[in-house]
Amino acid sequence: MTTLKIPSPLRTYTEGQSEIDVQGGTVAEAMEHLVEQHPALRQHLFNEKHELRPFVNLYINQEDIRQLQDLATPVKADDRLMIVPSIAGGLTQVDHFASTQRGGRDGSIMALPTRRNWDDRLKR
Amino acid sequence: MTISDNGNVDLNHEEILRYSRHLLIPEVGLAGQKKIKASSVLVIGTGGLGSPVAMYLAAAGVGRIGLVDYDQVDASNLQRQVIHGTSGIGTLKVESARQRMLDINPDIQVDVYNEPFTSANAMRIAQDYDLLIDGTDNFPTRYLTNDVSVLLGKPNVYGSIFRFDGQVSVFDARGGPCYRCLFPEPPPPGLVPSCAEGGVLGVLPGTIGTLQATEALKLILGIGETLLGRLLLFNALDMSFDFVTLRKNPNCKICGPNPEVTELIDYEEFCGVPGHDHEEGSVGGGWDIEALQLADRLRAGENIHLLDVREPHELEISHLEGSDLIPLGQLAARLSELDSADEMVVFCKAGTRSARALELLASAGFRKVKNLKGGINAWAKDVDPSLPIY
Repeated sequence: MTTLKIPSPLRTYTEGQSEIDVQGGTVAEAMEHLVEQHPALRQHLFNEKHELRPFVNLYINQEDIRQLQDLATPVKADDRLMIVPSIAGGLTQVDHFASTQRGGRDGSIMALPTRRNWDDRLKR
Repeated sequence: MTISDNGNVDLNHEEILRYSRHLLIPEVGLAGQKKIKASSVLVIGTGGLGSPVAMYLAAAGVGRIGLVDYDQVDASNLQRQVIHGTSGIGTLKVESARQRMLDINPDIQVDVYNEPFTSANAMRIAQDYDLLIDGTDNFPTRYLTNDVSVLLGKPNVYGSIFRFDGQVSVFDARGGPCYRCLFPEPPPPGLVPSCAEGGVLGVLPGTIGTLQATEALKLILGIGETLLGRLLLFNALDMSFDFVTLRKNPNCKICGPNPEVTELIDYEEFCGVPGHDHEEGSVGGGWDIEALQLADRLRAGENIHLLDVREPHELEISHLEGSDLIPLGQLAARLSELDSADEMVVFCKAGTRSARALELLASAGFRKVKNLKGGINAWAKDVDPSLPIY
């Protein structure tokens, strides 16, 4: 079992879990196991062609997978995977994806009155 | 790597007493303290990160410290920007910071630059300093700071924070990677929450800023192992410190062997976001509505759909009666719930997220939509003082 560390901006999609156990012989398989467990993560990490998004930095035992064999990099049981987000003091790429990806999340507008009369409130 | 020699500086008796705890450390000693006194550091941003950096470097006796910031002290800064105090609200941040630093240590020189750090002034400001400290809060200024550091051949002590996460590194393209090697491209323009809207645990910039100050002193002294080639990842919730290895990117657009970037560029265009928050809160181009204008139209009985794009927990702080909530992060997926035939006003806390929401709505064909300029905070200020400003 390999451990994958989730940065806090992505923990919304892992029910708050900071570390996830994943299985697989390669980084690609381990990541697939991750998104199977937490499907909401998929669109934040991969594009439609199932390539890692260019803003997602993925490290295995402190090394950037792009400097190894990318998604084909072999993974052993005691390896440690980590996602490194770009943050700038309130701005995250990860949040950006959360904001711009269509579909995936559902919900309805909170039921509130549509007819508004502000006079009472404004007179106060 | 020693970044400054100690020249002809000397320490008088008062300074020897002041710095005695440094002089007692063999790795610093009298020679090291002279190096610190002879050094100069430019601190870009005097906010959450810049506060501890500037205070500790002043206390340590860095001979000349430059401060760049165009902003004024606001009450909402004081939760984390500990260099400023309540009595300084409304004053220039660089002046407020200088006063505090000279109170800590009157023997140093503090140069202030009360202006945004831009492509137009950055090289001129930075060229006279030994090293740069990135205490900024946005991507455009981070890429600018990096490129200045690479082009001038000076170390850049990087620190960045978000909510509970912090990152620290030392970039120096002369012997290691730069910020662009780690993050070649900024996040694409779009629906990103601004610094003012993202939130941050108040002590986090203290933790990260003091680490930056530590790295700066090590660079000045030429001691220890700096974070050059390593990225420190801190998480306050887990209380974890992780490191990853950073390597020079052979395809780096500024520090690689075939650089495309050979002079400063337009970083706001590069990142697709404004570099400083003076432009925040409005969209421009006739897409904004002032709080008073909106109040008049509602008072006149107009049926206007008020769309709140903040997060659910912000409703507990303030709320506009009759508004609907769709957090910005869900808007793209929930457009079908909105009717483009409705007159609509979108709002958030201060107008930044709603400006992003408006861009999204406009690109989806919504034409009868306006952005509440300055957000619910402007409404609280101009229309309904019973609401708090946050």
